[in-house]
Amino acid sequence: MLKRQPLQFYSEPLPGVDLSELQGKLIVIEGPDAVGRTTQVALLRQWLEREGHAVLDTGMARSALAGKGIKMAKEGNTLGPITMTLFYTTDFADRLENEIMPALRAGFVVLIDRYIYSIMARAIARNEDRRWIEQAAGFALVPHATYYLRAEVETLVSRVVLGRGAFDFWESGMDLRFGPDKYDSFIRYQARLIRALDSMVKPYEFTVIDADQPVLRIFAELRRRISRFLPRDSRRRRPSRTAVKAAI
Amino acid sequence: MPLFKPNRYRGKLIVVEGIDGSGKSTQISLLSHWLRSCGYAVAFSEWNSSPLVRQATRRGKRKEMFTPTTFSLIHATDFADRMESYILPLVKSGAIVCADRYAYTAFARDVARGVGRRWVRNLYRFAIHPNIAFYFRVPLDVALGRILGGRDALKYYEAGMDLGLARDVEESFRIFQGRILDEYEAMAQEVGFHIIDASLPIEEQQRQMREIVTRELGADAENGVLRVPPEGAAGA
Repeated sequence: MLKRQPLQFYSEPLPGVDLSELQGKLIVIEGPDAVGRTTQVALLRQWLEREGHAVLDTGMARSALAGKGIKMAKEGNTLGPITMTLFYTTDFADRLENEIMPALRAGFVVLIDRYIYSIMARAIARNEDRRWIEQAAGFALVPHATYYLRAEVETLVSRVVLGRGAFDFWESGMDLRFGPDKYDSFIRYQARLIRALDSMVKPYEFTVIDADQPVLRIFAELRRRISRFLPRDSRRRRPSRTAVKAAI
Repeated sequence: MPLFKPNRYRGKLIVVEGIDGSGKSTQISLLSHWLRSCGYAVAFSEWNSSPLVRQATRRGKRKEMFTPTTFSLIHATDFADRMESYILPLVKSGAIVCADRYAYTAFARDVARGVGRRWVRNLYRFAIHPNIAFYFRVPLDVALGRILGGRDALKYYEAGMDLGLARDVEESFRIFQGRILDEYEAMAQEVGFHIIDASLPIEEQQRQMREIVTRELGADAENGVLRVPPEGAAGA
């Protein structure tokens, strides 16, 4: 699975793309809200750069085209579920065509904090048609590896409360109000998201990582797995302790 | 696989399609005024008009950032917002919603731009099926004459300049509109358009539309569709 070369599209080839040109590696970190993905991406990036790789990291709603629009639309809390799904798909397409593929062409290691799977999981958690969104996002590239940071809802709750100290409207699924308040809605919505991501483990070949472990354990596991399919000379150095601390 | 979701609601959805310069906007405007004068609750929705998505679309156009895929997706997003927050609630409530362009515009234009036919049809599967979809059939030269004659300069994406069809804007527009026309013609059967000959006089086209609307909505419109009682009928 990790050696899949060249990269492929899921079901909808983008016009005018020569896949054999995409020489880099595409690595996805997935998982529900507050599971610690962003921390891991930051650690991995530092490590990979020290190993001498050119790294691009990207994540949802960061596109030049739609990033701002999504943030503005979310502020108003009036974004319908289908509109949200398509807006995020637009955002993803823009990053895929203008950032991710150019970086892959240049041989970068591309680290993606949430892929189409999160867009799909959010749609499925909101009772949208699974096949609809799977086909709509079918122009995505099949990654070399997808690491699914998995934790139970209770873990997410404690991280949200200890970390940010408040529940976010969208992370709590308050647009559909799965419960009377943000806490109840968060629990139910995140459980649905986890269920949706779980259902993708097999068909989308996720590697499940236990995210209840301490940050550095998760990082070590990811490092070990990723170095297996990176070019040989990338295994020499381990990150220094200060570098790790700085990233956290 | 059905193209859209069936309309199981009290209200009705009437849409017009056709290439630029086919006269569809004039006709749907006349039709909606007529329906309103008949006492119906009439609402109007225009392609590419969602306040939520507008900023992103404008930015993309201004900076020429679109690829065929993102162009298609941002318009689907715009459509989704109008469907979720405007068209669907109104149709549910019993209004007649008139739409100037519908998903068929994407089926024609985005495919002319190079995206997959099946892919773009799937994108719009959440839309409700129009009760009537009018297609204004017009020869390319007639439409081009109307457009190129009396209006502002053609815009970059409107002319399909992103496709590199020609260096000259007008020439690019001609080729692009020709491709779109081919797509409309190819889908006319599949999607069940009511075809209006858009080279007929305006009044004649409008007469045909009203006839079709009367027939199609007919008895149906009597039960369910919101309507102000005719003058003098109140209290009778």
